[in-house]
Amino acid sequence: MELPFAITLDVGSSRANRTGSWRIERPVYVDRLPPCNDACPAGEDIQGWLYQAEPGDYEAAWRQLTEDNPFPAVMGRICYHPCETACNRAELDEAVGINSVERFLGDLAIDRGWALPPVRDDSGKRVLVIGAGPAGLSATYHLRRLGHHVRLVDSSPQLGGMMRYGIPAYRLPRSVLDAEIARIIALGVDVELGHTVHDIEGERSESGADAVFLAVGAQLGRRVDIPAGDSSRVLDAISVLHRVADDDPPMLGRRVVVYGGGDTAIDAARTARRLGATDAVIVYRRNRERMPAHGDELEEALGEGVTMRWLTTVNRFDNDRLVLEKMRLNDDGFPEPTGEFEEMGADSLILAVGQDTDLSLLERSRGIAVDDGVVGVLPTMMTGENGIFAGGDAVPSARTATVAIGHGRRAARSIDAFVSGHAAEADGERHELATFDRLNTWYYSDAPRTRRPELERVRRQSTFDEVVGGLTEDNALFEARRCLSCGNCFECDNCFGVCPDNAVIKLGPSQRYEIDYDFCKGCGICVQECPCGAIDMVPERI
Amino acid sequence: MTTHPVRFYQVGSFAAGNRLLDDDQRSVQADPNRSNSLDSGHRACQGCGEALGARYALDAAMRATHGQLVAVNATGCLEVFSTPYPETSWRIPWLHSLFGNAPAVATGVAAAMKVKGRRDVRVVAQAGDGGTVDIGLGCLSGMFERNDDVLFICYDNEAYMNTGVQRSGATPPAARTATTEAVGPEPGNVFGQGKDLPRIAMAHDIAYVATATVADLHDLEQKVERAMELRGARYIHILVPCPLGWGSDPSATIRVARLAKETGLFPVFEAENGVVTSASPIRRRTPVEAYLSIQRRYAHLFGEHPHTEVIARLQAIADKNIETYGLLDDEAKQATPEGIDE
Repeated sequence: MELPFAITLDVGSSRANRTGSWRIERPVYVDRLPPCNDACPAGEDIQGWLYQAEPGDYEAAWRQLTEDNPFPAVMGRICYHPCETACNRAELDEAVGINSVERFLGDLAIDRGWALPPVRDDSGKRVLVIGAGPAGLSATYHLRRLGHHVRLVDSSPQLGGMMRYGIPAYRLPRSVLDAEIARIIALGVDVELGHTVHDIEGERSESGADAVFLAVGAQLGRRVDIPAGDSSRVLDAISVLHRVADDDPPMLGRRVVVYGGGDTAIDAARTARRLGATDAVIVYRRNRERMPAHGDELEEALGEGVTMRWLTTVNRFDNDRLVLEKMRLNDDGFPEPTGEFEEMGADSLILAVGQDTDLSLLERSRGIAVDDGVVGVLPTMMTGENGIFAGGDAVPSARTATVAIGHGRRAARSIDAFVSGHAAEADGERHELATFDRLNTWYYSDAPRTRRPELERVRRQSTFDEVVGGLTEDNALFEARRCLSCGNCFECDNCFGVCPDNAVIKLGPSQRYEIDYDFCKGCGICVQECPCGAIDMVPERI
Repeated sequence: MTTHPVRFYQVGSFAAGNRLLDDDQRSVQADPNRSNSLDSGHRACQGCGEALGARYALDAAMRATHGQLVAVNATGCLEVFSTPYPETSWRIPWLHSLFGNAPAVATGVAAAMKVKGRRDVRVVAQAGDGGTVDIGLGCLSGMFERNDDVLFICYDNEAYMNTGVQRSGATPPAARTATTEAVGPEPGNVFGQGKDLPRIAMAHDIAYVATATVADLHDLEQKVERAMELRGARYIHILVPCPLGWGSDPSATIRVARLAKETGLFPVFEAENGVVTSASPIRRRTPVEAYLSIQRRYAHLFGEHPHTEVIARLQAIADKNIETYGLLDDEAKQATPEGIDE
């Protein structure tokens, strides 16, 4: 080519200069485990379904949620949401209201009649599930989806276990529970209610089951030995709640004392208020900091006029005089008696001091270890007996519905592996945690949490109407969009925008990005400016 | 109870893009088909703020002019790192001038386009702070006075970086440069000197003057777009941190620029016809130490015997900016998202 005077080289693009060779560290896209997902006992991909909800695609969000948990409307009411406790947004303003979005999705699904995905072809394998509470129903759901035949038995006349017989209707309306259970049963489940299993091995062979999932819960209210007069009325909380659920509420009188400090004690006291008690007093041996009940529940109870007697124990119950003893915490935090007594009038005393599991059906199964009243299981949820798995309140656990649902899911996977004869699918490599310090919070809009409306106090003291309301669509969308998407790219284009060397390639909607290592100089701006901490800087091998 | 639709978009317009926003609400830089006026392979240092600022500004100008753009570039880092003979990183018509005469050359280009009847072709002149506030100030003032149809963009990295970090008229007080060493009783650059070019430009009563930083992309792009809507002389002053000259981490370029704005040391505002029309409010007010302490050019202010009185004087400058430009307005309003009924 003819070049102008004094010009000796052709003009060229600087792209000939591969500045990537300057680099000593390279940015790499990663996915980290969001703290909500990490904390979810049911194993939900919370960040994942919030991401689907953010553009307003609620059905996709619900479908992603129900991949792991078939009870979003129930969870959105009764889950103690450890996800929100773990949420990174709490350090910025307030945790994302994950639970309320979950409820919104669950309610919408019921409203619109969305069906669960179709089940796989029949595997020819049969599984017996004993107990139709959250663990049993969750296992049933996952097993049916995998194509296994499920026979679900329960001694109660209705499905739901403690979700029906333990949790009061003001926290979980029965119509919601029924709708979510019906959806699972519609997948084709062989249900037998009012059927008590006395011998697990016999039941297993009768059913021709290849595997068994034992999820009988903890249905027996524990009693403590309190000296009581003949006419003193002493009940246990589990029976009270069960009878209320059966529409046969016991007579409690106007002055009701509940002894215990767990969620069941609070449920019993709030139920007593609704049954007409003017005084509902919870007597607990320790103080508020050491109370196992969840803070939200306690706040709601106090708001309804339930009163607390901290550091107090019941000494005896003489007809309508209850003798209480003051306690103090010793240096180890254990309550000790002080010898100081006081009296109060009471019409009934409800004991909420724990629950036990009826494991008489295991008497012939020598291989199954029972320790401290619960069944020992491996991480796969299998007991010592080959093919017998267990979960829910019957195994050592935090005894919440969410934990039970997680057990059901994990057991279903293990059972699937067991009956199919392949190795149990590992949980997959867990990503490293997406911690708050990895976020660049500058980029998130300021947005406080949307509160769910609460029923007016007066109204809920006398009825079993639901206490906590749901979010409107606008609010739910707002709440979903408060998610920081910790550790997972949400395509904000920041890395693509901030690279001084145009070395980030945008691959298109939901395809994310790629680094062009020919030109990336390794400055690390993309890492610093990624809002959600989804890029790592790693040393180059030189 | 009245209800309003919820307008809340997770990262709103803070990030470059946002899948929840319509395309036209995303930045030019979020567009996979952006012009990339300054191409890959340029020789700017790791984390160069000027390379970033130039692409931000020129890509926005390219969109605003539908690609009918000519750029005139004064001598300086930007010219040196983008065009080592015979290569070029520029994907737009681009002319290199002398250090001091870019405004005059741009005037000539604008005049030539006028003669040729090409009103659609727009002219941008660009220079670093040395070429703008010192060496090119005479030509620039003339260009402003004649109201030539040129947008002049100054990429301010607060010293002569290309030649080895010598002080310019835009170097801030107390900053160490090669010619203002951190020695003596008042180490670093002196207080009370230097030129505030945006205000000098405003004093010419030109159509448009604005400041911006590489930390707020949407703001920068809107200002370039606004400038291209107007005719006559216009001026945009963009703060572009220099990891080499400032002694900041290359990965911190945007963070440093953000802190310059959030501390109040670099007021971000716009003015039309000599009057300030808006200022970008501070979102998270930050003391100047946070900005100073991550730059080695201020390292002498810290350490075992910190110069607290110098830091206090710098804080006073920030406070005065906050007062002068009203940088704390609307802060409360920002904290509440629109349309939420509690």
